[in-house]
Amino acid sequence: MSKRRVVVTGLGHVSPVGNDVATGWANLLAGQSGIGKITRFDASDLACQIAGEVKDFDIGQYISAKDARRMDVFIHYGIAAALQAIGDAGLDDVANLDKTRVGVNIGSGIGGLPLIEETDGDLRAGGPRKIGPFFIPGSLINLIAGHVSILKGYQGPTYGIVSACTTGAHSIGDAARIIQYGDADVMVAGGAEGAISRLGIGGFAAMKALSTRNDDPATSSRPWDTGRDGFVMGEGAGVLVLEEYEHAVKRGARIYAELAGFGMSSDAHHITAPNAEGPARGVANALRDAGVNADEVDYVNAHGTSTPLGDANETNALKIAFGDHAKKLVVNSTKSMTGHLLGGAGGVEAVYSILALYNQVSPPTINLFEQDIAGGCDLDYVANTAREMPIRVAISNSFGFGGTNGTLVFKQVK
Amino acid sequence: MENIEARVKKIVAEQLGVNEAEVKNESSFVDDLGADSLDTVELVMALEEEFECEIPDEEAEKITSVQQAIDYVSAHLNK
Repeated sequence: MSKRRVVVTGLGHVSPVGNDVATGWANLLAGQSGIGKITRFDASDLACQIAGEVKDFDIGQYISAKDARRMDVFIHYGIAAALQAIGDAGLDDVANLDKTRVGVNIGSGIGGLPLIEETDGDLRAGGPRKIGPFFIPGSLINLIAGHVSILKGYQGPTYGIVSACTTGAHSIGDAARIIQYGDADVMVAGGAEGAISRLGIGGFAAMKALSTRNDDPATSSRPWDTGRDGFVMGEGAGVLVLEEYEHAVKRGARIYAELAGFGMSSDAHHITAPNAEGPARGVANALRDAGVNADEVDYVNAHGTSTPLGDANETNALKIAFGDHAKKLVVNSTKSMTGHLLGGAGGVEAVYSILALYNQVSPPTINLFEQDIAGGCDLDYVANTAREMPIRVAISNSFGFGGTNGTLVFKQVK
Repeated sequence: MENIEARVKKIVAEQLGVNEAEVKNESSFVDDLGADSLDTVELVMALEEEFECEIPDEEAEKITSVQQAIDYVSAHLNK
């Protein structure tokens, strides 16, 4: 039996560079940073005072104020991106859509950390009677999928995957396999995060993982640059509508790309420090799953978080996976502009990879002032200016704490 | 008394996401105003907050309509 093919028919996105796909993509191509000083709370006593906050976002466009009050912000972003993607795919207009064959898999790395933090404050100040009844459903990770299912009546599989910064990629890849296996015909899939809180920023700062370039936020995320000093936390969500190929063709859907392959692997090495063999194996697994040769890949949306170790390591991993072809790849970090959306990263970066493929253009990696050649970062990172280029196959890499890796492979549908 | 009634209705409207005009004295939270079991718990917490009182669980369970909320608050604030 040949594998059921999975294509992408809808895109949705909320991120530090824009609250919809078109705005975000335009800002990326223009090299616009979404990073700034933290405004969400008083960060003046934290080592890191910068983040990629979502700006001017109105959840009231998507759900009622009453419902919105009862969920943490990561659920808002997830719902917004999902409803955008569903709208973009035109699913609401499909007359005979079998909703028992539509599912949702939208994960988050940390879930409702701000609400947990706030509720703990209420508990300490006022005792257990001050814990609200919506604290648990407002912070549970799978409740993005739950709400989308309830809002749209989708009765297929609904869940969320948790794998730190690989969450979004794993959610999308696993959802594709749900379609391939035959459990659903359509899956709404992606990742979301909203962890810009004292506990979230303070926690990553305690690991010395975050940039402390507080005086110059716009240049703080600088993958592969000699001056990189850690990642910058972002927030938001990226969601795709995945659809079985024949299902999409039959209804005349616009097809952005085929999700041709998905690969996973683990480093089995360290909770936070990466190694090169793990990610390289993940990439190789994904290419094998896609039936794509390494030399057919033109564009890599890198994990590229702007950490000293991680950026060099990913470069090494790409050299292992691609051999000589690594030098011909365009290796792009959109995190230079969005910051690192943690569990949402794989979601928004899947959107960006698909748009790069669809529009045959790579966004720039900004803030690449002095490429860290001596540190081994010697590939083509499409520095500072977007580049129109032929892209046959685009891949998106995500690596998470615990040493968990995921790679998605997108190709044009011929 | 009127003041309590107005304040209760305002909280009910806010918590349940309905217009204040829809909130009648005889309105049942569940049957008329669309509340579910979690909404009613949160509504009682909001009443406690507004009137700076503590409503024991066994009493809270008996408050199922706007009038019952007004009566409870009036009785316990006049003590």
